[in-house]
Amino acid sequence: MPIVSARELTKHYQVADKAPGLIGTLKHFLKRKYRTIEAVKGISFEIEPGEVVGFLGPNGAGKTTALKVLTGLVHPTAGQVEVLGYTPFKRHRDFLKQITLVMGQKQQLIWDLPAMDSLRINAAVYDIPQKEFKKRLGELREMLSLDEKELTQPVRKLSLGQRMKAEFMAAMLHQPKVLFLDEPTLGLDVNAQTAVRDFLRGYNEKHQAAILLTSHYMADITALCQRVLLIHEGKLMYDGSLNRLVDQFSPFREVKLELAAEVSSEQLKSFGEVEWVEGRMARLIIRREELTATIGRLLDQLEVKDLTITDPPIEEIISRIFSKGTVD
Amino acid sequence: MSGTARKARALFSAYYAYMLEYRAEILLWAISNILPLIMMGIWMQVSSKPGFDGPSAVEFARYFLAVFIIRQFTVVWVIWEFEVQVVEGKLSPFLLQPMDPVWRFLAGHIAERVTRLPFSIGFIILFFVLYPKALYHQDQFWSIGIADAAIVILMVTMTFLVRFTMQYTFAMLAFWVERASAIERFWWIPYLFLSGLVAPLDVFPQGVKTFAYCTPFPYLLYYPAAVLIHGYENVDISFTQAVGVLGAWGVGFFLLNRWLWRLGLKHYSAMGA
Repeated sequence: MPIVSARELTKHYQVADKAPGLIGTLKHFLKRKYRTIEAVKGISFEIEPGEVVGFLGPNGAGKTTALKVLTGLVHPTAGQVEVLGYTPFKRHRDFLKQITLVMGQKQQLIWDLPAMDSLRINAAVYDIPQKEFKKRLGELREMLSLDEKELTQPVRKLSLGQRMKAEFMAAMLHQPKVLFLDEPTLGLDVNAQTAVRDFLRGYNEKHQAAILLTSHYMADITALCQRVLLIHEGKLMYDGSLNRLVDQFSPFREVKLELAAEVSSEQLKSFGEVEWVEGRMARLIIRREELTATIGRLLDQLEVKDLTITDPPIEEIISRIFSKGTVD
Repeated sequence: MSGTARKARALFSAYYAYMLEYRAEILLWAISNILPLIMMGIWMQVSSKPGFDGPSAVEFARYFLAVFIIRQFTVVWVIWEFEVQVVEGKLSPFLLQPMDPVWRFLAGHIAERVTRLPFSIGFIILFFVLYPKALYHQDQFWSIGIADAAIVILMVTMTFLVRFTMQYTFAMLAFWVERASAIERFWWIPYLFLSGLVAPLDVFPQGVKTFAYCTPFPYLLYYPAAVLIHGYENVDISFTQAVGVLGAWGVGFFLLNRWLWRLGLKHYSAMGA
């Protein structure tokens, strides 16, 4: 039974349009013009308990708006949404106790106080008994590799990575069953990103929590998500496994060559698109359906010392799909 | 400890720690609240003019000191805080918790009051040192009976809660407009004149007083201040009237607040988040 279900989820909102300059300002003052933004256009999907789903889309695609509807922060314009059997916007107490939303750019910790003060408030707000609070605190600290001292110094004095970890502690203290994560690794360095990913993987395995994650870092998606939802201009373009997406929508393979002797770009042209040539090293882009035949020709015609075939980077595939605007 | 008591304790201790971080700012806020003391100087001058048939200089001094004290305990700023949280999307994390965000705002106000208390006491002592007549005049100390003290404490608590409810109700407009705090600035005008902040209602014409008594304003300042200096039996407003009228306004604003809250959440777009 799905833990998250969206049927024909639609969200429109209005924004005031104003032309620049004095005339624009006066016109705006006298007669305000509104424009309707169709942020989400009838998307449907379901998420099972324990599933980790990546929510991908370019800026303005409607990812964050959809998350806001799923968490109950905003009301949908049309369609039906159910999370844990509740209608999110009704903000039922039992529903709120089982979900969390982590936004990379927003914080719930009180800025001028140590994180521990905010954590104590959360423990009281979520009715976590004192003994259980201490136990969970220890577990989360261990999973996030956070020092006790980092929780007793003002939040404003923490580094971005430490702060994000403390935010995760505050967001996970009540052990939510559904996690909505909006760019949780935004701005973090590589080590901190890895720590957050490891934490999420560990939390998912331990608590069988469903995770819906948006991120512009494909490393987050490839490390955590078996399934992805692709949203573009408010519409759901793809719902399926990441591997299938790569297989289906990447018609090219990258072939890296190490040759016995130096070759020119001209010599390699007949095998495929030449990305670069440097001495005995070269990289070619070859259409998938021509791959076997081309490799055969390469081995026949050139003295190949080493050969590697890889998929193009996932970022490239996704970007190609979004610029095309379709997965067909 | 019950869940509610634990929440109250956790919120109060965190926000008290927060307010202590800003103790210097709170001291400045307490000092900046000196309008009653300015009015005191003006009215004491007026009272010394020949032909003035109103309260004496000492009565004015006591009245405006009482106003100053009451205002120290009833200052409310929730509309500015709420407005920023809505406009910048900072309200969102708190909306996702199983507790109404109003309790955080309320805890902040109560914690600020406790932080401000030593400063307020310091000001009162300083005032009596500078103007001892206010404390001891014509062989008599300014004394307050138990019943009067109880009424003042009750009215000050009620004043704070009603002012908070009123301002929090105006704050709900932040769901629709970016500058809801402008409403509070407008509301300040009738408050300024009808609450007794610029002059005790005793000096107003009867018609104005009758009108004012139908509004919540005189009960927010004038009534508790008058009880503090004259005693409840010598004030032209009865305790029942004060509690009844202020309570009715409080309940009215509370119901309006809950209605606007529900409508506002429907309209909320979680901007900036």
